[in-house]
Amino acid sequence: MRRLFDEELADLDASFTEMGMLVSETIGKSVVAFVNHDRETALEIINSDEQINQREVAIEKKTFEMIALYQPVTIDLREIVTVLKAVSELERMGDHARDVAEATIRVKGTKRSASIEETIATMGEQTRQMVKDILGVYVNDDAQGASVIAANNLSVGQLSHQVRLDVITNIEKDSELATSGTDYLIVAGHLKRIADYVTNIAEWIVYKRTGKIVDLNPGNSSSFV
Amino acid sequence: MADSILTTENVRLYYGDKEALHGFDLDFPEKGITALIGPSGSGKSTYIRAINRMHDLTEGVTVTGNFMFKGNNIYAPTTDTVELRKQIGMVFQQPNPFPFSIYDNVAFGLRIAGKTKKVELDEIVEKSLKQAAIWDEVKDVLHKSALSLSGGQQQRVSIARTLAVSPDILLLDEPTSALDPVSSHKIEETLMNIRNDYTIIIVTHNMSQASRISDRTAFFMDGNLIEVSPTTQLFTDPKEKQTQDYITGRFG
Amino acid sequence: MLENEALNTDNAPLRNIYRFGENAEIALSTHDLHVFYGDNEALSEGDLEFERYKITSLIGASGSGKSTFLRSLNRMNDNVATVKGQIMYRGIDINSKEVDVYEMRRHIGMVFQRPNPFAKSIKDNITFALKQRGMRDKNKLEEIVETSLKQAALWDQVKDDLGKSALALSGGQQQRLVIARAIAMKPDILLLDEPASALDPISTSQIEDTLLELKEKYTIVIVTHNMQQAARISDYTAFFHMGKAIEYDETRKIFTRPKVKLTNDYISGNFG
Repeated sequence: MRRLFDEELADLDASFTEMGMLVSETIGKSVVAFVNHDRETALEIINSDEQINQREVAIEKKTFEMIALYQPVTIDLREIVTVLKAVSELERMGDHARDVAEATIRVKGTKRSASIEETIATMGEQTRQMVKDILGVYVNDDAQGASVIAANNLSVGQLSHQVRLDVITNIEKDSELATSGTDYLIVAGHLKRIADYVTNIAEWIVYKRTGKIVDLNPGNSSSFV
Repeated sequence: MADSILTTENVRLYYGDKEALHGFDLDFPEKGITALIGPSGSGKSTYIRAINRMHDLTEGVTVTGNFMFKGNNIYAPTTDTVELRKQIGMVFQQPNPFPFSIYDNVAFGLRIAGKTKKVELDEIVEKSLKQAAIWDEVKDVLHKSALSLSGGQQQRVSIARTLAVSPDILLLDEPTSALDPVSSHKIEETLMNIRNDYTIIIVTHNMSQASRISDRTAFFMDGNLIEVSPTTQLFTDPKEKQTQDYITGRFG
Repeated sequence: MLENEALNTDNAPLRNIYRFGENAEIALSTHDLHVFYGDNEALSEGDLEFERYKITSLIGASGSGKSTFLRSLNRMNDNVATVKGQIMYRGIDINSKEVDVYEMRRHIGMVFQRPNPFAKSIKDNITFALKQRGMRDKNKLEEIVETSLKQAALWDQVKDDLGKSALALSGGQQQRLVIARAIAMKPDILLLDEPASALDPISTSQIEDTLLELKEKYTIVIVTHNMQQAARISDYTAFFHMGKAIEYDETRKIFTRPKVKLTNDYISGNFG
């Protein structure tokens, strides 16, 4: 009696991956919009956040039904639990992308720093890549790959630290940069959070594969910036 | 295992020349519930019937291996099987009360054992029916025929009858498979009530039943013991792929 | 126990019985059905509709009326009980006197809990009733044997041994043979009364797979004690309690958010 369950599990996986791709795209767009001072795209991202939330709710509902109807155990249970946990992480990533978009609208018109924005662009690109990679690892059920991606979190953390140092130096030199500097800190913080969530998903992929709950981010600061 | 009440080693069973159980070891700690699961023909029922020598009566069946119960060899020629089956009682799939009153059903084994004092019998009958979680339903009709009860009630009376002679081990061979969910649930509650007082070994086809009530689960297939693990482990992260395939419904 | 305002305790049947939309194709429906054993009313208020090409499960405790209801659907209760009310099939009330019960059962077949193949060969089990009805064309009979066994997912296991006694098959195979025998009559509706309760999990799973295949061509109504089975295979589920259909809805709704507290308690195991 696997057929129906397997079909529904495959559908669940597909919806999860689709939502992941949508989130990854939104993150990429939000960073590009931020560094290009693109208010229109930012508004678009803010308005489309509801779509991501709706997908999350639909996937959650599906997992509840599958647990109620099939009472899955072992590997099947772990797969469903992984989707249920990881889908919340995706939804939160979407929220952070929306927050970056909101910062884009706020920062427009204030004095800015090209070099910091370059660092943020790099950070954004790395983060988006992490999200994309983690989906690939999810699809391939690759616990080892998950650990490798989680390790990239370190580099995002370093860039975030760099943004913080640069913002402080800039404000000390030129107080007019305080307004944009505050938003740089906030945006770097949001990106760092997204990378943290990727690490969480990586941990769930390891769980799905091995049944072990692990911490792939030991000792790394989870402070906002 | 030092605290095992029952140890079985290199268990083999033959129907004529045909080997049906292929030599495995399985120990049971004192108290708690062990569930035996596996497909039909996997050997789980055959195995528990070997524990209290139910195969003795079947022509052509040979059991070999070491069956030690509280340090005594179950298959020693000196073992009194009537006494053995008192200490290791069995409840079957189909409720099988005697066509006597409820009271006499429960008192039956006690009387055979020479207990005839009414006060003593009353006390044990009440205690056993309470343990089997059926006292409240039958206390006013103890002298009604046990056959007038529902299937689920009959099964609980069978359990009370088995408990009345104070066994150490209770073997149950699919005790709920002939019952509806409400009655099954009551039997499960009964077993949960007595799990701290008896060593319970239950064969069940119902995997969610095994996961709900047992402390340990043993998975059998084709006359082999594939895996025995704590139930929470077996149902979340079994050691063997065969176990995983079976409990997730990936059959053949 | 669940504290949930959405759950109602008045068990008002009409509010909690699923009604199909205009476009749904209804294979069978019951109206104001009452079944009496002597003076004892075993079933009341069982107004249900069954959609074509779907699997509908009837669940409930022993004595809830679900089997009584099922057996009424092809008049298996005729000699043991009094059945009042209508059972509409293709515009005809099959409960009326004019209906030829044997002809009706050709359209609405029944499979029982214990596999009951005849003590004949596998092939004869399937052709027996057809021959009785006068079918003599050997090729046609052989064709029906093959297609029925294929639909019941038994063909591959028995095709080289059709002359073997049906009693030599395993319990699960026997049950699939009985299903093949029922579908050889080309029924519209298959009623199954706990068809897997005497079988182990593997055979049960094979029967479930068979039913999922069969629903492409047949309307299936199944009584089961196994709630997981109802959850796994059926599109709709009706919960019976004390002779009444208390709640009837899509299976996924029944198992995730039932409307009636009794249903909730039953499926979550909070009995009595």
